[in-house]
Amino acid sequence: MSDWARPGSPGAAVSRERVLGRVRAAIGRAQGAERDVAAEYAALPRGYLRAHHDPAEHDIVALFAERAADYRAVVESVTTAALPAAIARVIADRARAGGTGAWFAVPAGLPPGWLSRVADGTPGVRLAGDDPPLSALELDSCAGVVTGCALAIAETGTIVLDHGPGQGRRALTLVPDFHLVVVRHDQVAADLPDALAGLDPALPQTLISGPSATSDIELVRVEGVHGPRTLHVLIATADCQG
Amino acid sequence: MSMPTYLGMPAFPEAAAEALANPQLRRNLAHATGTIRTKRAAAVAELTDWDELRAAAKAIKDHTLANLDHYLLQLEEKVTAAGGQVHWADGAAEANAIVASLTRAAGTDTVVKVKSMATQETGLNEALAAEGITAIETDLAELIVQLGRDRPSHILVPAIHRNRAEIREIFRREMPDAPAGLTDDPAELAAAARSHLRRAFLSATVGVSGANFAIAETGSLVVLESEGNGRMCLTLPETLISVVGIEKLLPSWRDLEVFLALLPRSSTAERMNPYISTWTGVRPGDGPRAFHLVLLDNGRTTALADKIGRQALRCIKCSACLNVCPVYERVGGHAYGSPYPGPIGAILTPQLRGMSSAADQALPYASTLCGACYDVCPVAINIPEALVHLRSLAVDSRRHARFQTDFPAERLALGAVAWTLRGRRRLAFAQRAASASRKLFGASGSAAWTRRLPLLGGWTRTRNLPVPPPESFRAWWARTRQDDASPDSPPEIAPGLPSPGTAPRQTGSGTADE
Ligand code: SF4
Repeated sequence: MSDWARPGSPGAAVSRERVLGRVRAAIGRAQGAERDVAAEYAALPRGYLRAHHDPAEHDIVALFAERAADYRAVVESVTTAALPAAIARVIADRARAGGTGAWFAVPAGLPPGWLSRVADGTPGVRLAGDDPPLSALELDSCAGVVTGCALAIAETGTIVLDHGPGQGRRALTLVPDFHLVVVRHDQVAADLPDALAGLDPALPQTLISGPSATSDIELVRVEGVHGPRTLHVLIATADCQG
Repeated sequence: MSMPTYLGMPAFPEAAAEALANPQLRRNLAHATGTIRTKRAAAVAELTDWDELRAAAKAIKDHTLANLDHYLLQLEEKVTAAGGQVHWADGAAEANAIVASLTRAAGTDTVVKVKSMATQETGLNEALAAEGITAIETDLAELIVQLGRDRPSHILVPAIHRNRAEIREIFRREMPDAPAGLTDDPAELAAAARSHLRRAFLSATVGVSGANFAIAETGSLVVLESEGNGRMCLTLPETLISVVGIEKLLPSWRDLEVFLALLPRSSTAERMNPYISTWTGVRPGDGPRAFHLVLLDNGRTTALADKIGRQALRCIKCSACLNVCPVYERVGGHAYGSPYPGPIGAILTPQLRGMSSAADQALPYASTLCGACYDVCPVAINIPEALVHLRSLAVDSRRHARFQTDFPAERLALGAVAWTLRGRRRLAFAQRAASASRKLFGASGSAAWTRRLPLLGGWTRTRNLPVPPPESFRAWWARTRQDDASPDSPPEIAPGLPSPGTAPRQTGSGTADE
């Protein structure tokens, strides 16, 4: 290893001090000089809106559905009671498309009941847990993955995974070509500020807005490059809303 | 400070002249920048508080830069606490050496890369190749550029200068596993790239990335992307190395509420780009087992020391300024001779690389100072102000250079470009002359006598003039700017450019390229 690459080596320490020294010289601060960075930060202007659609005036779950669909995710709303049947139907359709032997990856911690109807819809369909962890090659050969999410953002049509229970580690929702994700109506935040405040930065976060896409060739949008080419969103509405 | 200049890189005027002579390039560029401009305007108009978001972004970045030592130390502490390792790189060579030795230590000679401006700036791929390490670019456009042995020409759409037929040819020639009968349908081309890269992703042990933001308060890194190749590189390898410029810091996680509202709309004209990944150190059982953050200076502290130039460090690389720039739209990204093209490149590159080369002294002149870039910039960088400031520095640095008696050819040339843009009669004359040369010399000719033309000579003293484009700048201006300007009122020209009356006579020797 070269000297630079070893933290704590003389070379590395020299670079660190040199860069920090140049930063301090450039901004005209002596090391350790008194300043109240926190107070300066707190005084920064933040005249922007906390939400572009006020939840008191707008149906933000409907807004989320509309905006997620804008980016060509498949979006359906179902009642919470009808959710297991809907999951079974989506998996059955996908399994048929995937041919015989189609199997689906399932993270630990999915709410009990979500997958209770799968066997009725598609006899013989296999659900594989991720413990011990599936290899990347195995994930590449599965027909899809079913997860929940941490929350969703209405304004941008975004789903956020924090890879906690029911969501799986990051590779699980990345390598398979099909991702079925369930969003509960009470998980939808109006806009970025509320959503970010509800996330724990210590966890890895993945914000998903539609399926993977590229516009690199003549700016023609093509859905599906390396991430799942199909993103299917089931929004579980409150039962009383029908 | 070093940023490798592109091999054989001509200074802006010459490169611009070559680009101007490429009608395919001009068509691709005009189509692309026009399309993005329109979409972006709609995405921005959707947010009624755009101005407030922009003001907040500017204030947050300025505050961060003014307290950069504080935030860098905080970031280092948090990343380390979360199980990452922080390295500091003075310049490009150090950053590249760190990546190379970490790759070696991981026991591999291949890395998968997600598009990163910082590693383009340091010339990482070439440096790794010299050490026997292969870097695989995984962004579709970067792959097109890499397979075409080409240079990126746009921050956001690096292969913007290639059309679908050209891309199909590159894939058929350079991609051994490209399907037989591959057509030029973008969906088919994307699918070919998907299967081509999948094996590399699934077997990768080292991933290399940049980052859009680094959060000091939490030690979190943030990457925005569209294709999922970023997630692959950030998630599947055992070792992740992120090379991040020291200007990428934000104080708090909360600040993302501002920048995630501004960046996708301003760059891809989307409410949100398909994927954003954030991670903090390493997470057992999920993703890489080792995380290395390489903090890169490479000239940034020089820019930081300049009160006017410093604002370039607010840049979030959205590329909106490229798409509104009449000079960029005309000449494309390659002419700037830097990974950072367009208006931002014209103020950032000379500051990062220093103003010692003729090419970098010329860059601040690659503009008409029309101000469109300032208007669209989501972090309110006053690019025209910085350009004028850097022009004065370029003049100063020339005065101190050893060839001080020789008038800088690039400056004269760009002055001439601007002067040509300004004056209707001069422009008409130059074009008549140029298209006459085209008629005289045919499709592949070059015209030695154009060296004597008062305007074009400055561009071409060390090279023969490429065949003038079938469509002249003025005609293009008239065609594409009918709504906002008549052909007779080209953009404002800044004071300080050589005026025709004061431009010294050209002499036959001493261009800076020689
Ligand atoms: S200078 Fe402003 S508009 Fe240009 S790329 Fe940077 S942030 Fe975007």
